[in-house]
Amino acid sequence: MTRIVKYIFYDILRTRFILLYTAFLLVSTIALFQLDSDPGKVVMSLLNIVLMVAPLISIVFATIHFYNSYEFIELMLAQPVNRSVIFLSEYMAVAVSLCLAFIAGVGIPMLFYGAGSTGFTLLFCGVVLTLVFTSLAFLASVLTRDKAKAIGIALLFWFYFSLIYDGLLLWVVYTFSDYPLEKVTISLIALNPVDLARIIMLLRLDISALMGYTGAFYKDFLGSNAGAIASVGILLVWVIAPLAWARQIFSKKDL
Amino acid sequence: MLRLIIGSSYANTIVVDRAGKNKSIKRAIVSAQPGDTIRIKPGKYSEGNIMLEKPLVIIGENYPVLDGDHQYEIFTIHANHVTIQGLMFINIGVASINDLAAIKILDSKYLYIRNNRFENAFFGIHMSNSSQAWIENNTLQSNVKVEHQVGNGIHLWKCNHATISNNRIKGHRDGIYFEFVTNTLITGNRSEGNLRYGLHFMFSHNNEYRDNHFVNNGAGVAVMYTTGVKMINNTFEHNWGASSYGMLLKDIRDSHVKGNRFIQNSVGIFMEGSSRIEFTENTFSQNGYAVKLQASCDANNFNRNNFSGNTFDIATNGSLVLNKVNSNYWDRYEGYDLNKDNIGDIPYRPVSMYSMIVEEMPTAVLLWRSFLVFLLDRAEKAIPAITPENLKDDFPSMKPYDFDKAGK
Repeated sequence: MTRIVKYIFYDILRTRFILLYTAFLLVSTIALFQLDSDPGKVVMSLLNIVLMVAPLISIVFATIHFYNSYEFIELMLAQPVNRSVIFLSEYMAVAVSLCLAFIAGVGIPMLFYGAGSTGFTLLFCGVVLTLVFTSLAFLASVLTRDKAKAIGIALLFWFYFSLIYDGLLLWVVYTFSDYPLEKVTISLIALNPVDLARIIMLLRLDISALMGYTGAFYKDFLGSNAGAIASVGILLVWVIAPLAWARQIFSKKDL
Repeated sequence: MLRLIIGSSYANTIVVDRAGKNKSIKRAIVSAQPGDTIRIKPGKYSEGNIMLEKPLVIIGENYPVLDGDHQYEIFTIHANHVTIQGLMFINIGVASINDLAAIKILDSKYLYIRNNRFENAFFGIHMSNSSQAWIENNTLQSNVKVEHQVGNGIHLWKCNHATISNNRIKGHRDGIYFEFVTNTLITGNRSEGNLRYGLHFMFSHNNEYRDNHFVNNGAGVAVMYTTGVKMINNTFEHNWGASSYGMLLKDIRDSHVKGNRFIQNSVGIFMEGSSRIEFTENTFSQNGYAVKLQASCDANNFNRNNFSGNTFDIATNGSLVLNKVNSNYWDRYEGYDLNKDNIGDIPYRPVSMYSMIVEEMPTAVLLWRSFLVFLLDRAEKAIPAITPENLKDDFPSMKPYDFDKAGK
């Protein structure tokens, strides 16, 4: 398995896209740090990159990569290798390279300029979102054989989690605004990894004081040990569940 | 005979010294004639409660320590023309029925409380029904962690014509507390790290607050039910927390707020039920909300203020707008200035749609900073639907005002 991962990893590096992505993150992070001297504010601006750009790049890149390496996969399947091993190797290579790009692009300037523990949380959220959206990309890829269609599905996932879901959530809040919604919304938040990462980040910043009672409630829950473990657990479920489902489809799929 | 008259008209000085003939402040006060001076040499004096009922000047040399042994109030003053200067008060008793204070003043006039230090006083200076007092250059500090075990630093009730200047108050419940206090000047004080409010007043008309610093207080500054307040060149800084305000104005009328700096407060100014207040030349920077202007306010005027780096510039809770916000500088203004007169050609709307939604449905705050909210805010900027139509700056300044330069 490690050998397959290695081959795919070299293949990814050869396309240079990952290097470009790293450079983009590096440049924008350094630019943000130079524009604003307050690391707290920079983390706030970086949050947008983490919540929007990282998922989008991850999901599109992973989908395209999957289709570009279709021939390689077919070749490997001709060998006496388990389908799961090939599939998971593909995932590992893509996920690790994207995560490394993110950590290098955002983490190194952060280390240089100093962003403290909130910066660390930001890195964690970014890595987890990268993993989640790579999983979703693989799911989109195995759902259909048509590359364009798969990219469409992948983009739909991205749209759904960063925009449509929030719209629905706003509608729920609006419709049931006469009821105490804190507990309901916190479970609804758990159904969207982007929202969950955003709330975790916001509560780490002192700007959470503006979030009033709702913010205090979330802080109480997510700040407690049980809440922290639960939120990390839910994010991990978001990584594993789509991947497991995709693997199952892949292992039975007629290529 | 002549000598007797002259002799008695000059004040005597009595020296109190732990190592000398007069060891007790209490006895010195009993033996003193009105108008005498009592000098207290350095040392520690634990004499419980000391009543002062005649005009005296009490001066400490090198801060002699007056200890309340965690039980007593120290000076209880009930006399006109009293001066207390250069003393150090520590460990005042804590009580829940009586407001024990390091210096309590009742029904008196012409008082000078200067250059004293207070450590762990329950109440520091507690003055009621008195007038013509000068409270200057005192330092008050308390290290208590919970609100009910500490009183206010400088507490005035039903007083008038006082001057409170250059005091430093730290760690009390309210730094400065006024109730029914009129015609008083509060200037150059620094009220910092108090558990509740840095400054708290009610029913205290026609007072002037100048050049004070209110920093890092539990709930900032709250002022209520008052007319004729003048707030000039004060700094409200880093009053940060879910229920903390740079300045909370409730039912304040006919007042002036000028040249103040509101920096890093979760809410710079929160106002409700307030009317006819002029806000000019203030600086609002890096606040969560610069101004929360409830719809119950009317005829207030924001003119020539600088708004920069605030998360929300102005928030309100209704569509009724009876206030004016003209000729301010807004760092978020995106308009243009064709005729180069430094006034933007299109109006600026300082209320973001999202702050309106949150005001109506607090739970919606959970979508804050999401892409959806960003898009909605943009759409609203283009075609205002929810935000109050009339709350806008028709003459936004293109450049920030330079108040430092204007002041010099």
